[in-house]
Order: sequence, then structure tokens, then C-alpha cells
Amino acid sequence: MNKTIRFDVDSDGIATLMIDVPGQSMNVIGAQFLTDLSEAIDRLASEDAIKGAVIASGKSSGFMAGMDLKAMETMLLPPKGQALDMPTLFERVFVLNSILRRLETCGKPVACAIEGICVGGGFELALACHYRVVGDSAKTQLGLPEILIGLFPGGGGSQRFPRIAGVQTALMYMLQGKLFRPAEGAALKLIDAVVPSGSALDTAKAWVRDNPTANTQPWDRKDYRFPGGVGSMNPAFAQTFMGAVPMMLKQTQRNMHAPVALLSAVYEGAQLPMDRAIRIESKYFAKVLADPQARNMVRSLFVNKQAAERGARRPKDIAPAPTTKLAMLGAGMMGAGIATVAAQAGIEVMLLDRDMAAAEKGKAHASDVLSKRLGKGMTPEKMAETLSRITPVTDVADLAGCDFVIEAVFEDPAIKAEITHRVEAVLSADVIFGSNTSTLPITGLAKAWSKPDNFIGIHFFSPVEKMPLVEIILGKKTGAQAIAKALDFVAQIKKTPIVVNDSHGFYTSRCFITYVQEGTEMLAEGVNPALIENVGKQLGMPVGPLAVSDEVSIELGYKIMSAAKKELGDAYVASRADDVMEKMVVELGRLGRKNGKGFYDYPEGGQKSLWPGLADAFPHAALQPAPAHVRERLLYRQLVECARCYAEGVLTAPQDGDIGAIFGWGFAPYTGGPFSHMDTIGLAQVVETLDRLTRQYGDRFAPTAQMREMAEARTTFYAPDTATKAA
Amino acid sequence: MEAYIYDAVRSPRGKGKKDGALHDITPIDLTTQVLRGIRDRTGIDTADVDDVILGCVTPVGEQGADIARVAVLNADYAQTTAGVQINRFCASGLEAVNIAAAKVISGEADFAIGGGVESMSRIPMASDGGAWATDPAVAYHVYFAPQGIGADLIATKFGFSRNDVDAYAVESQRRAKIAWDEGRFARSVLPIRDVIGEVVLDHDEHMRPEADMQSLGSLKPSFQAMGEEMPGFDTVALLRYPEVERINHVHHAGNSSGIVDGAAAVLVGSKAMGEKYGLKPRARIRAMGSIGSEPMIMLTGPESIAQKLLKRAGMTKDDIDLWELNEAFASVILRYMQALDLDHKDVNINGGAIAMGHPLGATGAMVLGTALDELERSGKGTALINLCVGAGMGTGTIIERL
Repeated sequence: MNKTIRFDVDSDGIATLMIDVPGQSMNVIGAQFLTDLSEAIDRLASEDAIKGAVIASGKSSGFMAGMDLKAMETMLLPPKGQALDMPTLFERVFVLNSILRRLETCGKPVACAIEGICVGGGFELALACHYRVVGDSAKTQLGLPEILIGLFPGGGGSQRFPRIAGVQTALMYMLQGKLFRPAEGAALKLIDAVVPSGSALDTAKAWVRDNPTANTQPWDRKDYRFPGGVGSMNPAFAQTFMGAVPMMLKQTQRNMHAPVALLSAVYEGAQLPMDRAIRIESKYFAKVLADPQARNMVRSLFVNKQAAERGARRPKDIAPAPTTKLAMLGAGMMGAGIATVAAQAGIEVMLLDRDMAAAEKGKAHASDVLSKRLGKGMTPEKMAETLSRITPVTDVADLAGCDFVIEAVFEDPAIKAEITHRVEAVLSADVIFGSNTSTLPITGLAKAWSKPDNFIGIHFFSPVEKMPLVEIILGKKTGAQAIAKALDFVAQIKKTPIVVNDSHGFYTSRCFITYVQEGTEMLAEGVNPALIENVGKQLGMPVGPLAVSDEVSIELGYKIMSAAKKELGDAYVASRADDVMEKMVVELGRLGRKNGKGFYDYPEGGQKSLWPGLADAFPHAALQPAPAHVRERLLYRQLVECARCYAEGVLTAPQDGDIGAIFGWGFAPYTGGPFSHMDTIGLAQVVETLDRLTRQYGDRFAPTAQMREMAEARTTFYAPDTATKAA
Repeated sequence: MEAYIYDAVRSPRGKGKKDGALHDITPIDLTTQVLRGIRDRTGIDTADVDDVILGCVTPVGEQGADIARVAVLNADYAQTTAGVQINRFCASGLEAVNIAAAKVISGEADFAIGGGVESMSRIPMASDGGAWATDPAVAYHVYFAPQGIGADLIATKFGFSRNDVDAYAVESQRRAKIAWDEGRFARSVLPIRDVIGEVVLDHDEHMRPEADMQSLGSLKPSFQAMGEEMPGFDTVALLRYPEVERINHVHHAGNSSGIVDGAAAVLVGSKAMGEKYGLKPRARIRAMGSIGSEPMIMLTGPESIAQKLLKRAGMTKDDIDLWELNEAFASVILRYMQALDLDHKDVNINGGAIAMGHPLGATGAMVLGTALDELERSGKGTALINLCVGAGMGTGTIIERL
């Protein structure tokens, strides 16, 4: 009868609830599981022969992850087009809470045997048991990470965690979605026993056998005391919440709704008896769920990201093509970074540069990166093994036997063509060749490889070791073999790929630069630079636009602009941002962070601060724009460029656009990405705003014809019924 | 009907610490002595006092349970005299006087007493909690940050440096010393006695006349850590004021109001009551009121309420001879003078809370008394008394010497 839980009773009268959700590699909470768990609790409560129960997983992958996020929307929300009815949503959300409450009050002791991953809803299930034992292994991860995808623990976790560990500790973990290991869980008192891997089930059974009356949670006992104190008159409790809001704002500005809801659920719930506390939690959870923000975040940050990593864009009929030996051309910052991550993934790397010193320097970079991780999961042995995979070379002939090439030499088409030819002479054009150019069109570069179908763009972000995204660029002739090879490599190094078509700056560089340009444009207009920078950060961008300009160097921007001017001649569209760069570089000698002087000053050992001279160089206008208007410009300038990429076919799927924006240039993650955000605002509204901004500031804000058609037809970038399906 | 001020008394201010002279005087005792003092000085029959309104900002523990009514009973006022405790944060004492005046003007009361009490050494500030700071949904919604962050934000936004605020503090100390040396507060200050009748304090204990730029310069900013590090209230401020690159934390214990213990009372009544007792009214209330202002920066209400009161009274700023603004933080006064274009020589002539301390619930009534004393000493005509208020408010009163 039970499809997701196997229910067995042993000769001692101890029931084992073995969770094994069919069709899933990891146990997740879906509708069937809720039904099955409910029935199991009924049996547990009603059959006198059953003395107690142990909950465990039948899967080797771990105990349980959280909600089935792919099914969550259909499970809880009404079909598209139907109005959202809050009381109904609450009732649906409350099902899990009421089942878990029945579990902890069923009158029989229930132990939870955890092996491997136990996070989110899985951990909330564990918290509703009377005893938790964990098998200690490197795979074991515990905790409540819901906040990272725009949700919060809504299965009683926000109530039980504080009641066990105190509000301050609980908030620290839940607000950051911080996971922990078994020993840490035990120190937090969330885990009752840590035992050798594989023995959790036996320990749990023994506990039930030995504790036949341990059927009551601490918070249901008369002598219960809330750890650390509770109530608005308790100074520690009050102080915790007073501090929690600014700490949360530091991370999220005022952009995310789930952390505020979590704080309220804990603040209000902690002061109530458990039966009422879980209702409060479910009410806040329903509010968060009803908000498109959570759904957008879940879709981009979890569902579609995972789909991309599992090969959503990979040609299906090509056999797996993992790289075993990589030819890495160029041992500069990017080349060295790529060599490092490849070696870590077990790939042999021939790291080529013009002279041995340069090639060795690239390998030394790998050594630096790895040594910083010593003690944090890295051992000297593992490090030596990884480094042994990187061979610095200077002779192209040494590349023989490589099955994939990545080129990361100087951004000059002639230099790139020359090395491409030389490599082909050694490896033949049957090998797949990837170029890590950040702007040069792939179709042009591919001409240097005699089989352009085997040529592809593979754009990494700096620093490679940290940045999660790889932008795969298809030239006009790039073939399926090349796509499969590049995507398989990205999977090997455990990064997230997007696939885009060729264009100047491709997708990420082209759109990201608009943020910097618009900020610079405002500076030229006399907008207070502090306002520009703060609003940029408050919009959810990692840093302000002028700070970005300093980081990549104003001089570089100026050079690119000058080259474009020369190249395009009369066709070049001048902007006031150009004048700012020229003034900074030519007149003021402020080149950016690299010479310690840019839009900011960089005092040694001190915090950077905006250069006071900016007020003279670019006098403040008497009338300053409202922050909301600055925000609108910084946001919509990016949105319209993203939409252009979609209209021009640079992007073929909104999924790539959203993932690329968030993981490539840190575009406001709470939106779920620019396309999710435009869908949420509604295209009609987006077009109206862009039209207004176009009238005020010019054609760089002009919406595409496609956007107008979409607005007219009331359509969205994401097809409505595939909202949470994989790309 | 008009409201007249017949008398104003206050306790001296004791350091709000365990070694403060008033630390062993309970807040009810402090209030009782002040209520008895104003009764005995004026010789009125308390049966004519219809109500006693007392400000208290942390009305919990021994300051809880309507301390005004309990003090009335404890001071042996007529049983018919009612009592009510109010809370308008730092302006509670002045608000109490305004309510007393309103009761007289409306005909609800013949005599009414407005005043306040705060024993900050015994009942810690903010120990009453409150949704404003601690209910996360509320704190988020209204951009809660402590006053000190707002004060530092005012300094940053309106261009006052650490030197500016320290210089103001040194001047406040200098003026307070002159005032005490010359006995300018003698008429108002009522020495406080212990249970065996000994005087435990007869002067403001918090003053540091020796403070100079150098000694203040060595003090560490009080709000920098909570602003920039844990928990990071500057983030909240910049979300509301993104035009400020970062907050310059300039305030410290030496240029902010002192934490002290104290109580005060002001007797307000109708003309007829004065005639009944042969009391000469000391001043007339020309205008009074409160206003809300932006709550995150919190402390810019005074300029708004000043303008509102001038308009109400049909006066211009040139009609005001004396400006009294509670010295919550130096930047608040500097901004007030900047916004209203005031000359420092007309503002807080006898120093203020930076030197003498700010017993939260009582200060408003105290500064009104200070202004009244100064009008009488100097022979000037009008004063505008004003306080900045938590959660973004301003409360003020214009009085005219008679």
C-alpha cells in the first residue's frame, strides 16, 4: 500500500519506516510521501503491538533532501490562471506540519536513523522525532538550507531548531542556510548520538527498545525551558531579534522576502505553544510561497541550474566525451585557473606557454590555490597528486595525445590564429578546440581551425577557481560533437554551463557592461556617485558600477572604447560615459584599482572610498534623482540588453539568460534572473518603463519589437506550464 | 482660556550609574519629593490639582504601574488628584507639560502638573523592550536603528565633523559651569534627601567642566561597532539614505547626553487659580505641539516642530529670544541651528544635557524650567523649548515671560 515507505515490525514490536521514494535518486517529500507517512503514523499510533518506530532511508544516497522542488509548485499552488486563495494555500502548506506534529505526539517513541545527506524537509522530519542518531561519514550533511533558494524551513524547522538550540544559534544557521557535520549537530544538541557510518539504524532501534516511554518532545513537557530564554521581555531574546534584522539586511539589502518571514515565524512562533507555533510558521510560509520571488529563485537557482549541470543543453545522441588530457594554451591568470580546476577533476593538463618560466608560473598558481585549501578537505598527498597532473610545456609538440584544447592566450585574433594553426599541426583538426575569449566572435576565430565544426567558445570567469559559470559559445559552424565535448568538460570540473550563440561580447560580457556604462553615464550627468554606488549594491549587484569599472580598470574600458570608435567611425554611438573614461584616464591619470587611483581611492591597509575629487571633475547636479529612479536605470539598462540578446538569437532559452546573469555577473539573484524578473513584472509594464526611459535617456533603453509583441499578446519568456520544468 | 506656568522645580541630576548619588533613591521617592516640593513652594491646596501627568520612558518595574498616580498618593496629594504616566520618549516631560496646559485651556483642569521621572541607574534604558526594535517585521518595516546611528548620520549628511561636535560639547560644558557658578538654576533645583533627611545631592553631578578638545578627542566613537560590524545598523541607514557613501561615526559619551537620574514638575493653571492663591504667573504658553519626522534618521523633528509652532503662534523666528533644544547629541543641535539659521549665542545659553545629563522622562520639564529661569534672569521675553524624539518626532512649546 505504501509506495514511498516500507513499514516492517520486528519481533520486539519496533516498526521500521524505510523511506525509498521511487523514481528519485534521493528521497524527497512529495504528495505520495505525505500520504504514506500519514498512514504510517496512524498505524504506529493505533496498533498496540507496535512499541515504537525508527525512521530510516532505503537509499544509499542519503536520508532525505527537502521538498520535491520540481513538484512543489503543482503540489501546492493552483493551476496557472487560477486565482491564488490564501486560506487554501495555507491548508496545503500546513499538511506537512500537521503530519509531523502527529508524529511527535503519536504516543510511541520515534527515533530517526540518519545516514548521508539529511537537509531541508528531511532534517525537519528528523527534528520531529524523539531521538536522532547519525552515522558519521564524509557524505553526511545536515541542516536547513531553504533560505538559499528563497524559501525558509516551513515543516516545523523554524520552530523546533530554536526550541533545541536557542533562537540566536538557530537564526544564525537558518538565515545563512548553513549546513553542518554530525559532530557540530551534536554540539548544537540537534543530534543525540553520532555513531560509525552504517550503524545508525541499529543504534536507533536499540534506543527505542530501551526507552519505551520516551514519547514526548521536550517542548511538550511541563518542565521545558526554552534554551537561552524566550519572550519579548527576555533581554537576550529581544537583543537577538534587534540584531538579526540589520545582519539579515547586510546580506540581502531589502530585496528578499523569505528571511524577513523566517524572522517573524521564529519571533512569533517561539512565544507560542507548538500547536499554534506551527500554524504561524505555515502562514508565513504560505505568504512566501504565494510570492513569485520564491518560485523564481527555486526555478533558476535550483531546478534549472541543476538541469543545466546535468546536460539539459547537451546533444542527446552523442556518446559521453569526457576529457582525459587537456591542452591548455596560455598559462596566464585564466589558463592557470582552468588548469587548476581541470587537474582537480582528475584531468591531465599540458600547460603551454611561450617560455618555461611563464608555464611554471601557471603551475605555481595551482599550487597556491591548493595550498590555501590545506586542512580544509585538502591533504598534502592529494595536493601533490593533483599538481602532478599539470605539466608545464613550451613546445607545441608536447601536446600530442591531448583530446581537448582550451586556448587562453592574449586577446588578439592574429596571435590566437597563429597558435591555433600550430596546435592543429600536432593534434589534427579532429580534436575539439575551445577558445576562452571573452569578447572576440567565435565564428571568426574558428577560421583558423580547419574543421570549424570542431571549434567552440568556452568562456570562463575570473577567478576560475571560484566563479561557478562557464559560457559556451557556438560559432556559426560549431557542431554537436564540440558542444558535447565542452559540456562534458564543464560537468567534469563541476561548473554550471550556459550555451549561447555568437555575438560581440556574447551574452554575459555584453549585458554586464551595460550596468557599468549606465552608472558612468549618471556620473557624467552629475548624479552623486555615492548614490550610484549604494543603489547598485542595494539593487542586489555584488558591487557598485563605478567600483566594477575600477576593478576591471577604467583604462581598459577606455582602450576598448577608443578601438571601437576607430573601427566603426561615423557609425559609433558616442555616450557621455566615454567622456568620463577619457577624462579619468587621459586628463586625471586615474586608471582604476591597478594604479591605486580610480573612481575610488585605495589607501594602503584601509578601506577604499570614493575619490573626493570626483565632485570637482563631475559636479553634482542641483537636483538629484530619487534612489528609486537610479535603481530603475541600473536595472532596466541590463534587462533591455538581455532581451535584445534573446531577440537576436544570442540566447535561445530564457533559462540560459537567467543562470548566466546570476552566476556570471552576479545579477540580483533574488529575481531569479532578468527573464524571470521581466515575466514577473509583466512585459507590458517593462515596455512602458523602457519607453519612458528611452524618451528621457535615448535609444539604449529602447525595447525590442519582440518585447512589444509579447506585451501585446500577454506572453512571457518562460512558457507558463513549463515554469518549473527543466530547460 | 489660557494656560499659565506658576512654578517649575526639578531634582538635581545624579550620575546614572551604581556610584551615582541618586542611585539609592527610588524613582517613586524622587517623584514624591518633587511633587511635595512644588506643592509646598506654592502653598496650593492639592484638591485644586485635577491631574498630574508624568513622563517616564521606561515604565517597568518600580517605574511601572502608572507611577504618576502612585506618586500623587505617596506625596499625600488630595485623593481626588488623578495621575497618568505618559511616554513620548525623550520629550515625555515636555509633553506632560503640554498635556497639563491643554487640560487647563480646555477647561478640564484648574491646576495640572506636568513633569517626569527617570531613574536610569535603576531601570536601564530600553529595558521595556517594544515592537519597534525587536519585532523583526516591524523593525524591518520602519527601518529601525538606534538613535546614535541617526545622530551620526545627521553629522555625516549635514557636514559636521568630529571636531565640530566635540567643540559643541566643550562649549556646552563651559556654559553649564558658568550657569552653576552664577547660581542661575538656584530657583528650580530642589535638593534630594535620603530616608533620614540628609541631602544626598544638590547639584548636577554629571558635569565635566574640565573637558577639552584633547580629552574628548581621545574618546572612541560609541556607535561605530554596532554600525559597521555587529550587527551592522549602518546598512539600515544607507538603505534609507543612499546618498551618503558611509557614515562618519562622530558621537561618543562626551558629546552625547549623559545618562542620569532625575525628576521634575511644572505647575500649570488658569488665571483664576493664580488669583485664588495670589500666585503671579511666571509665563504664558503661546503654542505647543508635536510632529512626526523621518524615523530612521529620527532626530530631525525639532526643526519641523519649531516651524509648525511659529506658524501656529503667528510668530517668526525673530520673535523668539531664546532657543532651548535638548542636547541629545551634538549633531542634533548643530543641524537645528543650521536648518533654522540660528546664532549659537541664542541657543542653550546655560548648556544642556551633554554637560548635565538627560533623565529621559523628566528632561522636557527640566529644560522648560531652565528656559524660564533664563528668561527671568536676562529679562528676555520668549523662548522656544524643543526636544528631538525617538522614532522620529519633535515636541515643542513656546512660552512668554510675564
